[in-house]
Amino acid sequence: MRVNFTVNGRPQEADDVWEGESLLYVLRERMGLPGSKNACEQGECGSCTVRLDGVPVCSCLVAAGQVEGREVTTVEGLADYAKHREDAHPGGGCATGACGTSLQDAQQWKANPKKATDSQTGEGATNPDATLSPIQQAFIDAGAVQCGFCTPGLLIAADEMLEHNPQPTDADIREALSGNLCRCTGYEKILDAVRLAAARQDRQGLQEGAV
Amino acid sequence: MDFLRPASWEEALAAKAEHPTAVPIAGGTDVMVEINFDHRRPEYLLDLNRIGELREWEVGADAVRLGASVPYTDIMENLRAELPGLALASHTVASPQIRNRGGVGGNLGTASPAGDAHPALLAADCEVEAESVRGTRLIPIDEFYTGVKRNALAPDELIRAVHIKKADGPQQYSKVGTRNAMVIAVCAFGIALHPETRTVRTGIGSAAPTPIRAKAAEEFLNAALEEGGFWDSKKIITPSVAKQFAELASGAANPIDDVRGTASYRRHAVGIMARRTLGWTWESYRGTGRSTEGVA
Repeated sequence: MRVNFTVNGRPQEADDVWEGESLLYVLRERMGLPGSKNACEQGECGSCTVRLDGVPVCSCLVAAGQVEGREVTTVEGLADYAKHREDAHPGGGCATGACGTSLQDAQQWKANPKKATDSQTGEGATNPDATLSPIQQAFIDAGAVQCGFCTPGLLIAADEMLEHNPQPTDADIREALSGNLCRCTGYEKILDAVRLAAARQDRQGLQEGAV
Repeated sequence: MDFLRPASWEEALAAKAEHPTAVPIAGGTDVMVEINFDHRRPEYLLDLNRIGELREWEVGADAVRLGASVPYTDIMENLRAELPGLALASHTVASPQIRNRGGVGGNLGTASPAGDAHPALLAADCEVEAESVRGTRLIPIDEFYTGVKRNALAPDELIRAVHIKKADGPQQYSKVGTRNAMVIAVCAFGIALHPETRTVRTGIGSAAPTPIRAKAAEEFLNAALEEGGFWDSKKIITPSVAKQFAELASGAANPIDDVRGTASYRRHAVGIMARRTLGWTWESYRGTGRSTEGVA
């Protein structure tokens, strides 16, 4: 069957989709977007977390046919999504089509952290627009990434929490991330990263308020 | 496999009538696991996501008509006052991602004894609104669970909503698991005080082939509370009464040994949860402790 839906703010079409196929499979194998990770395939680990119409869900548990006409945001589009949210311009809602992340950009997406651009290889410089969302930058700065497999799901979940709860308590953070398993970090650095992103967001808000 | 995408409830009922073997899929949190692991290859998947009214609820005078696909997140956030037990139970479901997709209709359709909503539904008292092209009927929750992962639905029926009695007193929910998220219940217990009828109802999960009520425990407690004048005096419940209630609740359980726990542990834990949740709700009824609202 054919499925038409929006991925990272741009309309996409998937063909020859098997009826029992998951959204995760469509994203990874048909759209070439491997950011959402395939681990448990039963909703236990959260590494496939994406936003479906803005709501965090496990993409392995969404049937591909269920996303017809709906909007999906993956980790590849997170930077753009966060940018447009900051501009009071939610990702995916752009009538001009100027915002969002094209499939090609998403497929070639590479981290371009503010401080960590590799000057020797110039990696990241090829795609100057691929800057990081605040939560991604905070994960790097706090050392919250080890093997990285759980990171995309955690980023989506943490970003969504900070969107509606900008000053979370530790209990809020733990609950919001309770559906995402990490086997390397012991979670402490991840909690640090979310606290850091929240503090930066708070500070930025204060500065903007002062202007 | 065929993927059926009805755009309306009427179309969904027609599709289910035409293809009684079709497997309804809403949140997908059970069905997709089975498909991903090749445990199930249904001939037809019947997608209910496009039917908006399944995600709506109406608060009436006596009951809440809860759409089958209202996500657990919405129950937690919006129905804590009306359905405190179910709101607490909803908060124990898996993780935020799963709670954003799953709903009570899926728990009822799957009818696993481990479904988190069941003890709260049994304790609050409710009726399942089942519909087919032949018509609508309300199935009392006590008649709904018919066996391990079996329910009273006919092959052409779909669950439209659940009519759950609004809380008229404190309710509580307790669940045993190895951590606070992403656990299937080792066992669970729900309790609801109904001061208007001076009765107490219970629900036990994961400790029998189906979700069950601890009826002997309820009858004993109802009689003891009435005889002792507890509903009027709001006295502390006599420890011997609470103990007997716990033992009868434990005796109602008919569990098995499995990977999550042993039968004897489950029996023991059900008794402990019965005693504790009775204490919590009664303290709340006396006006000295927790409020009626769940802390979801």
